Amino acid sequence: MKRTVFPNRWLPYALVAPQLAVTIAFFFWPAFDSLRLSLYRASPFGDRLIFIGLGNFQRLLSDPAYFRSVATSFIFSALVTVLGLAVALLLAALANAKIRGLAVYRTLLLWPYGIAPAIAGVIWLFVFHPSFGVLPYLLSFVTTYQFNWFLKGWVALVLIVVAAIWKQFGYNLAFYLAGLQAIPGSVLEAASVDGAGPIRRFFAITFPLLSPVTFFLFTLNMTFSFFETFGLVHAVTQGGPGDSTSILVFRAWKDGFEGLQLGYSAAQSVILMLLVVALTAAQFRFAEKRVTY
Amino acid sequence: MAATTRVAAAVATAEIAGRLATPRRDMSGAIAHVILIASVVVLAFPLYYAFVISTQTLDEVTSLPPKLVPSTNMLQNYADAWARAKMGRLLLNSAIVALAVAVGKIAISLLSAFAIVYFNFRGKQAVFWMIFITLMLPVPVRIVSTYQVVSVLGWVDTYWGLTVPLLASATGTFLFRQYYQTIPDALAEAAQLDGAGPLRFLWSFLLPLSKANIAALFVILFVYGWNDYLWPLIVTNSPEMRTAVIGIDSLIPRTSQLPEWNVAMAAAMMVLLPPVVVIVVMQRWFVKGLIETEK
Repeated sequence: MKRTVFPNRWLPYALVAPQLAVTIAFFFWPAFDSLRLSLYRASPFGDRLIFIGLGNFQRLLSDPAYFRSVATSFIFSALVTVLGLAVALLLAALANAKIRGLAVYRTLLLWPYGIAPAIAGVIWLFVFHPSFGVLPYLLSFVTTYQFNWFLKGWVALVLIVVAAIWKQFGYNLAFYLAGLQAIPGSVLEAASVDGAGPIRRFFAITFPLLSPVTFFLFTLNMTFSFFETFGLVHAVTQGGPGDSTSILVFRAWKDGFEGLQLGYSAAQSVILMLLVVALTAAQFRFAEKRVTY
Repeated sequence: MAATTRVAAAVATAEIAGRLATPRRDMSGAIAHVILIASVVVLAFPLYYAFVISTQTLDEVTSLPPKLVPSTNMLQNYADAWARAKMGRLLLNSAIVALAVAVGKIAISLLSAFAIVYFNFRGKQAVFWMIFITLMLPVPVRIVSTYQVVSVLGWVDTYWGLTVPLLASATGTFLFRQYYQTIPDALAEAAQLDGAGPLRFLWSFLLPLSKANIAALFVILFVYGWNDYLWPLIVTNSPEMRTAVIGIDSLIPRTSQLPEWNVAMAAAMMVLLPPVVVIVVMQRWFVKGLIETEK
């Protein structure tokens, strides 16, 4: 706490007023309104709201399509996060040496972060394009299997996973490289003298010492894959084929703004909020226990 | 005798280890370069591919095997994309949104963090928690209701509607609060002794000191504002108010359409360039921003 404070009765209120106004209007009001709306459904003509209690939640929890979305979201986020981080960590560990030009590499790794998920998706859409794309063309020499993501759900899922990882991969790698550079060489040498092999050294020393970096990247990638990939799904697969790529945010948007089922969409928002709160809490519990600083 | 042997053995081992270590260290350097260059090339390939497509004619785009070298139709494709999607307007909208979100959020969070750190006032704790709880819930989890608020205000299809709701987050406030707390109290004391009021202190002392943090936040927010997809999709109806990331959707060939991927990729290149340039040019602040805003 600061000891030096400016004595002024009204100025602090004026200073926090803009932020407070925006927060109340666009955070608290919508959040509470979501809670309220989730208890209603629109009348057939959409002109008034009918109170139905927990009806929307009952409907959601008995809808297999909603559970498919839950599964899709978790599988998608887990693939993007775990695969993206594991490969980045592996490459960073293999590339960990005192070399010149690290700053140049960093620049060449960081730029994809600036590409919008939707644009990344459009580029990969063409790479995967069944008729003209380079990837199906190359695969056609190896197998006769049709990697047509217009028809096959799992190929569509792979497409959006690859596009998402592509956008994130460079800075995952850049952050791991920076993290590794910060580990003192003497620690690893000491372990080496004690007879620890490279794999043992990695799991006993490097990985635990990198846990703050991993935790940081894990949070960043989870948030990204859960919430910021809507554009990727919307621009590329429209949730399809079928609903094989309908992640939770996409379904909430579709039911609310295309299906015009406001209450149903609001109920999904409420469940998403609970999910975020639970994940955040779990994250902090985990951080306290496992992350070594 | 035994001791001398042991010492000699140790020296010999060290010598062998030393001889072996030198070439191994060189090897690890070479391996590192190979891995990093491979990563950079693999990362750059899709972008290169998209650029190549954006320079080809329709015949070249649809021919197999795929052609991976630039062709001659570049200007035509970019002109087509520009005219068909009204790119001028789209890019202007994106620039307005990205700048307004960045500048707006920096301004309001500088002020509120200043109030929270440098003043005591009734209700400070409540204000603090009201602002910081927003860190918990990102915009996508409250879309329907936020849209309703904006429509009550009559802000649908306006720049106000596109930008102001995105300001309701505490990342900036958090960053500036953390930073202000590291500034020694003596600075504010000295300013007060010199007769500087709080606003003078903010303007002449805190603001110049916060330059690096402002730049860091600017990069993150500019990229966020430019690339955001869900909110502009919901809050705009007319093509004139669309931002670039969603406005080029009409150029992406769907199954039944002429596969003019060359034009679509030309549009994609124009949309992705500004945020990528901002990141490359302001790289130092970008890395700082990434770390600080996620803390």
